[in-house]
Amino acid sequence: MAPRHPAPALRRKHRRARLRTLAFLSPWLVGFGVFFAYPLLATVYFSFMHYNQIEAPTFVGLRNWTYVLGQMPLFGPALWNTLWLVVVMVALRVVFGLGIGLLVTKIKSGVGLFRTLFYLPYLAPPVAATVAFVFLLNPGTGPVNEVLSAIGVSAPNWFNDPDWAKPSLVMLSLWGIGDLMVIFMAALLDVPKEQYEAAELDGAGALAKFRYVTWPSITPIVMFAVVTGVVQTMQYYTQALVAGKLASGVSVGPGSSIQPGYPDHSTLTVPQLIYSLGFQNFNTGAACVLSLVLFAIAMAVTSLLMRKSAGLQTAED
Amino acid sequence: MNTTARARTRTRALHWIAVHITAVTVALFFVLPFVFVLLTSVMSDEQAMSGELWPHEWQWSNYAEVFRTPGFLDWWKNSLIYAGLGTLFTVCSSIPVAYALAKFRFRGRRTAMTLVIATMMLPPQVIVVPMYLVWAQQLHLSGSLWPLIIPLAFGDAYSIFLLRQFLLTIPTEYLESARIDGCGELRTLLRVVVPMAKPGIAAIALFQFFSCWNDYFGPQIYAAQNPGAWTLSYGLESFKSAHSVDWNLTMAATLLVMAPVILVFFFAQKAFVEGVTLTGVKG
Repeated sequence: MAPRHPAPALRRKHRRARLRTLAFLSPWLVGFGVFFAYPLLATVYFSFMHYNQIEAPTFVGLRNWTYVLGQMPLFGPALWNTLWLVVVMVALRVVFGLGIGLLVTKIKSGVGLFRTLFYLPYLAPPVAATVAFVFLLNPGTGPVNEVLSAIGVSAPNWFNDPDWAKPSLVMLSLWGIGDLMVIFMAALLDVPKEQYEAAELDGAGALAKFRYVTWPSITPIVMFAVVTGVVQTMQYYTQALVAGKLASGVSVGPGSSIQPGYPDHSTLTVPQLIYSLGFQNFNTGAACVLSLVLFAIAMAVTSLLMRKSAGLQTAED
Repeated sequence: MNTTARARTRTRALHWIAVHITAVTVALFFVLPFVFVLLTSVMSDEQAMSGELWPHEWQWSNYAEVFRTPGFLDWWKNSLIYAGLGTLFTVCSSIPVAYALAKFRFRGRRTAMTLVIATMMLPPQVIVVPMYLVWAQQLHLSGSLWPLIIPLAFGDAYSIFLLRQFLLTIPTEYLESARIDGCGELRTLLRVVVPMAKPGIAAIALFQFFSCWNDYFGPQIYAAQNPGAWTLSYGLESFKSAHSVDWNLTMAATLLVMAPVILVFFFAQKAFVEGVTLTGVKG
């Protein structure tokens, strides 16, 4: 009997499967709508409004846009600093992380100990790590400059010098390289041993082996590290803010409205500027314009990189 | 023959020495900051200002003094609530989503996955202003950590992504045999998948715990006006500002903020390293 009318039963089965899928996905579907899609649309809406979070919003057309993109004095430095950090920090992190990963795979004795030592700083909460680094690199009284002057090196002013503030932040981020080290280590150990042996038979030196065996095999992971590094650095906030505030020596608690980016706006990043516009100046419209600029850049960069990255084109099926 | 063998042994020994000297030098870069911070944390306040490296006398009482700082214990409590509940919510809500994305076939699966990755990549600052307005003006929950905890009950993109990668490695045959035995999807998930996915679940739990514990931006947005809702990560900065010259106490507090994270790591090292690898390699 059954084969004669298979359609309704089959349809019922399909519908049940669809409902089941929806049920399992429902936490994320709600979350995506409420905590992602809605605020994103609201950001677009507010970018055309004048709104100080007290009076009702009023429509001002493109005025927020022309203000932020054309007149706001801090937009240029914030964008420059963010892009600087994206380029320099990501590049150095990848090179350094790969170097440490290679080093760990070459260590014969005490690998476990070294791996743990290299990894631990990654776990340090960013605020704690930043507070520690501001102290360590304190030009007057910090231990690092004390050590440097003892061996006759004239030490820079680190977080207190506009030229050195960003490099100091880069150093702080290199200290927390543990996650990349682990990822690269795993990738390096995955390179087939026979390929090295074959290359050796062909008389390849260490450099040639890296160039022709190691590199092609780890490129997807390098791309993955670059993409995630760029994404993280576009959001770079806590360390820059805390370092700037503490180094400036102003004795004010959180929520204080000192101009961020000390010294000379050299550590002001786009996310900091969004916070400052939205939560200190209550210029909601301008903050939302800047949010959308950040969104556009983030999406452009990631979609560009993702196209080349096998690491994110996941093992689908 | 003998000489070439000896030469080879010598090159190998030199190689060993070079690698280990490099490793020790690099290790210094990673370890010395901790050492300096620890040494400073037990100095007297005058000595902490002097730039000297070794404490004259070891003032362990600095730690007791940090704990006596008004609010410090509340910050611990708040951090534990935020990280504890946040982790619980994330795990419970992300498991079914990750399971569906890894093991169900349905139209739009690829799109859903792309959207998860897109949310993962979105800087939190992009949507923070309207989100804050909803919590503050419509729900009147600013001044607490709830605006940070509640969204985690609706899945966290990063955890979903990571767990899905893990679930892909579980052979589908196990699920099919459970279904043949008459298990419904929910039972299959709870009885078969969850026990097998324990390492992956442990990894997302740890990552979420640390990300809440380390969060500064979130508490700054929602808890800033109410010191009773500050977390350790957030309070630490105000601690430094209040003790503008007491580097010794600040360093003691800094170590106390780092300590739980590092302790948890030593107990759950394997799950943690596996999780990091998973995000990067299994892809």
